[in-house]
Amino acid sequence: MHRFARALGILVVLIVVGRADAGTLDDVKKKGFVRCGVSQGNPGFSNPDAQGNWTGLDVDVCRALAAAVFGDADKVKYTATSAKERFTALQSGEVDVLSRTTTWTLVRDTALGLNFTGVNYYDGQGFMVPRKLKIKSAKQLNGASVCVAIGTTTELNLADYFRANNMTYKPVVFEKADEVIAAYDSGRCDVFTTDRSSLAAQRTKLKNPDDHMVLPEIISKEPLGPVVRHGDDQWFDLVKWVLYAMLEAEEYGVNSENVDQMKANSKDPVVRRLLGVEGDMGKNLGVGNEWAYTIVKKVGNYAESYERNVGPRTPIKLERGANALWKHGGLQYPMPVR
Amino acid sequence: MTGAREPLPVPEPPDRPPAWQDARVRAIVFQALALAGVVGVGWFITANTMTNLSKQGIATGFGFLNSTAGFGISMSLIEYAEEHTYLRAFLVGVLNTLLVSSIGVVLATVLGFLLGIMRLSRNWLVAKVAAAYVEVVRNMPLLLQIFFWYFGILRQLPGPRQSVTVLDAFFLNNRGLFSPQPILEPGFVAIPVALVVAVAAVAVLARWARRRRDRTGEQFPTVSVSLALLVGLPLLAAAATGFPLRWEYPVLEGFNYVGGMELIPELVALVVALSTYTAAFIGEIVRAGILGVSQGQTEAGQSLGLTRVRLLRLVIIPQALRIIVPPLTSQYLNLTKNSSLAAAIAYPDLVLIFAGTVLMQTGQAVEIVVITMAVYLTISLLISLFMNWYNHRIALVER
Repeated sequence: MHRFARALGILVVLIVVGRADAGTLDDVKKKGFVRCGVSQGNPGFSNPDAQGNWTGLDVDVCRALAAAVFGDADKVKYTATSAKERFTALQSGEVDVLSRTTTWTLVRDTALGLNFTGVNYYDGQGFMVPRKLKIKSAKQLNGASVCVAIGTTTELNLADYFRANNMTYKPVVFEKADEVIAAYDSGRCDVFTTDRSSLAAQRTKLKNPDDHMVLPEIISKEPLGPVVRHGDDQWFDLVKWVLYAMLEAEEYGVNSENVDQMKANSKDPVVRRLLGVEGDMGKNLGVGNEWAYTIVKKVGNYAESYERNVGPRTPIKLERGANALWKHGGLQYPMPVR
Repeated sequence: MTGAREPLPVPEPPDRPPAWQDARVRAIVFQALALAGVVGVGWFITANTMTNLSKQGIATGFGFLNSTAGFGISMSLIEYAEEHTYLRAFLVGVLNTLLVSSIGVVLATVLGFLLGIMRLSRNWLVAKVAAAYVEVVRNMPLLLQIFFWYFGILRQLPGPRQSVTVLDAFFLNNRGLFSPQPILEPGFVAIPVALVVAVAAVAVLARWARRRRDRTGEQFPTVSVSLALLVGLPLLAAAATGFPLRWEYPVLEGFNYVGGMELIPELVALVVALSTYTAAFIGEIVRAGILGVSQGQTEAGQSLGLTRVRLLRLVIIPQALRIIVPPLTSQYLNLTKNSSLAAAIAYPDLVLIFAGTVLMQTGQAVEIVVITMAVYLTISLLISLFMNWYNHRIALVER
């Protein structure tokens, strides 16, 4: 009887405590690390190496976040999520931020109770076909079998595109990206479709990458960015400005190599505000004033992150294209850090 | 010692004990408390979930079922296009699950009965083959067996351009088995009508033949005549209406075969894996049932001069069924629920379509999972209801 009463009491306390509203930033500071939701292996964006260390463009966002909050870019724990469980993991609090090539759409922004903090990669959906089929354009794909991952915007865009062009197709839908690419490689389907950045990344997993080609059509807009939960403005602002800090650093020529020297010697008020020499930018965000300095020092600016993970010198070989700064004709436009 | 004694005082009937000592009252009170506790916990969980969902701005309610689906499905038994609603996609998923489950149940039962009887055969080789099959198949995880059939066997089939062709009408490749499809022309309705008439005729014939046998002792070849009726009458109707049936042949156009009927490899792999796996269990149940019939029945039957086949069919199996049917129900339920593994090989069943794509597009995990569980619960309850009725019907009537 006593044991039962005690168990009941503990249960009640846990339920009450669990319902208490704590901001994510406070939780993260108490925990001592950022819990980051990533993919199950998407080369260039979030991929574990043989020792289990995660690298990628999305991973760098999480590392920058940890650098801003703790001053240490390694205070991150990664949770690999499939496309199916990624939103539930974020909604339920299992992860603090989802950095997983997630497309910013209206339904996700509203009905799923999520907030998109920005776009760290402007992408579009494309098709990959084997070269031996001698296809030159996506308009020749009438009646094809198409391998696609379940529940993604890819699945919907595919249906829309074929419908708009009066073509039919046969979808073959798998849960994991690995299964999709294996089905395409084995010939179960003629076409593999996903975001073009993932096409480039997953192509490295094919048996003969050079036997396949990406068709020129880009059939949708896929702005990819980190996601947080509704109802937590402070955390939302922090993740948003971490992204902008990396872009602003690139715009003003601050990189991981010259950041110490810039911090000591720069006379540019923008740079001084960014690196915490003047102003209270960090304090407003709830972190130390060295936040952007630590980000650039430990992780680098956006250009360095891009070149390191998906740039033309990596096996992924993606040009900056739409992801260049606005000054260079791209779409990346960091808001002023002031 | 004479005289009547004072009648012993009749003891007063005991007062009703106070309520808190009465076992009956205590039982009722505790049961009411337990019920209130369970209801209270359930209400608390639901209210808590609803509050938290709305606090985070996550949509709730079942209105999403009327939204446009926007995605395609590779195989559907009813009309489905991307413009249809999530509710329609849900129905497609339910029908696909029922399709796999029903084909699987039938095949598993047939194969299972065969296996059970084989294992009890007096032929050493037959018995050992059945035993080896059961031991191997029973002890490997079902998911691995599904992968074996799908990735190991059906993936190795050639591409559409190199299909295995049979009679220029059947094409087998790694996209599926393509066969001619019958196109119904007006006047076709005569054939199903003729079939229904034939079935009724067979029922009447069976009863008449049984009565005749009871009266005169003469056997009537009911089975062959019934078969002739079931095949002959519809054929006659078809001939009378000028064979209102056209065949549409599959033709290779571009990437795939167009036209005709398509049997996707995912469905075949799932059905084969489910049937062979469950058949191993059913075989053991059947063996248990047959062994459970007393040896005296076999000897009595043999002394009457019944052949082994007649013995099995008329004496052993009907009695064995009483032992077989309850565990058989469990195996049917297992098969139905195991069909949800279809999500691993891209077969568009309820879990893949509804608890997969629709869940990810709408984000309403709670409602969708509840609906999916309710569907499986309903299917399982219906199966067990039917099997329990059947069990009741064949039960031994004890004196």
